[in-house]
Parts: sequence; structure tokens; C-alpha cells
Amino acid sequence: MTQTTVRIPTPLRSFTDGADQVCISGSTVGQVLLALAERYEGIGARLLDDDGALRPFVNLFLGPDDIRRLDGLATPVTDGAVLSIIPAVAGGAA
Amino acid sequence: MSRASGTPPPVSGLPADVVDRIDSWVVAAYPHEACGLLIGTRRPDDGGSDVVDAFHARNLNEERPGDRYQLDPVDHFAAEGQARAAGLEVIGVWHSHPDHPAQPSETDRSAAWEGWSYLIMSVTPEGVTETRSWRLRGEAFIEEVIEP
Repeated sequence: MTQTTVRIPTPLRSFTDGADQVCISGSTVGQVLLALAERYEGIGARLLDDDGALRPFVNLFLGPDDIRRLDGLATPVTDGAVLSIIPAVAGGAA
Repeated sequence: MSRASGTPPPVSGLPADVVDRIDSWVVAAYPHEACGLLIGTRRPDDGGSDVVDAFHARNLNEERPGDRYQLDPVDHFAAEGQARAAGLEVIGVWHSHPDHPAQPSETDRSAAWEGWSYLIMSVTPEGVTETRSWRLRGEAFIEEVIEP
């Protein structure tokens, strides 16, 4: 089974018992996220909406590439891949 | 923006040289908002953090750069890698409020993540006039005590 290292940003580590990265099985980015959500209760709702789409305030990088520039959640992953969860950061004075 | 009585406020350890670097980016970006990430270590029990370094990121908000920011996720990804390589982590966000107080707006609050420190600099044509640090607890920001 293909194993992907998923890097967890600080704000989501409360869901992964503090782990900064976890090893997850799956053949596509979407499968990896679903398996991550099954293992760690609560994290799935932060990443995916009710229709299973990636939430707009979450970015995912497979290796150095934003998955939105690849095939999104259908992007295949190879064994040993690194998937980084990068929270969207925004705000402003008004 | 309040806290329960008896609970010690979270602390942001913020070295003066890091503040100076951030201030130079904030002044250079004026009248637009500048933004970036704070790199360092976290204190236990969400009690704050200690900043070691700061990373300057691009503000991708082109419609309202004077009072909004959208931090470039590519820069964020690079900062994560830099922090990890140094044995540190991204522990917060800094951004400027041109001609506005260094208090989080509703826009800031609605987009904030728990577990991070939010450093805000108020900047005017005269330079940085106020620096305050905040942390989301539940639905509200509480102010952090800044320690040099």
C-alpha cells in the first residue's frame, strides 16, 4: 500500500495528539485525506466540506506543488510522497 | 478581547532584532498591509510562544491591499520548510494595520486559527506606532504579553 507522509500545521495538531507529521495510506490525495479523517476525529471537517471538496481556506502541497495546480484531490500519490497541509492565512484592518 | 480572571495571559517572547526586521518590512509596504509568519517554539498548554525568526510573505490581496491581506500560500509553504529545517515551527502570523489600531478586526478574527500568535503593527506615515500580540481562544482574541 502506498504510504504518504502528511505534515500537520500547528493549528491542526490538537487533532493528531500533537504529531507534526503522520504516515497515511492511499493512492490519491483524496484517499489520503479520507484515511487521515478516519484516524483522527475532527480533522476531516477542517479540511473537507460536506460534499467532500477541499475547503477554500486550506491549501495542500504534494511535494513542492499546490494540488490545485495538479488534479486536485484526484492527484495520484507515490510511495514516500510528502503532503503538506498549509492553512490559508488572511485578515486585515477592516 | 477579554480573558477569564485568574488565568495568566499567554506570552509572546519577541526579540528586539526580530521586531526591527518586521518594522522595516511594515514601513516599506505602507500604505499597504504587509504580512508574514513567525517562526519559533510554542510554550506548553497554549500558554504562548517564543519567536526566533520572522518570514516576510507576499500579500496577494490586490483588491484591498490597504486594509486586507492574503498571505501567499507558496511563501507559507517555504516558511514551513525553513522552520522545519531549523528544528522550529511556524508559531504565528504578523501583519500591519496601516492607519488603524493594532487590534484584531472582525476580518482578522473570522480568519484566525487557534494555537497561533497574531502580531499586529499599527503603522502611519511616521512609522510603526503600536505593536500588540493576540491569540484566539474559542471565538475571541485575548491579548498576549510581549516579552523582549
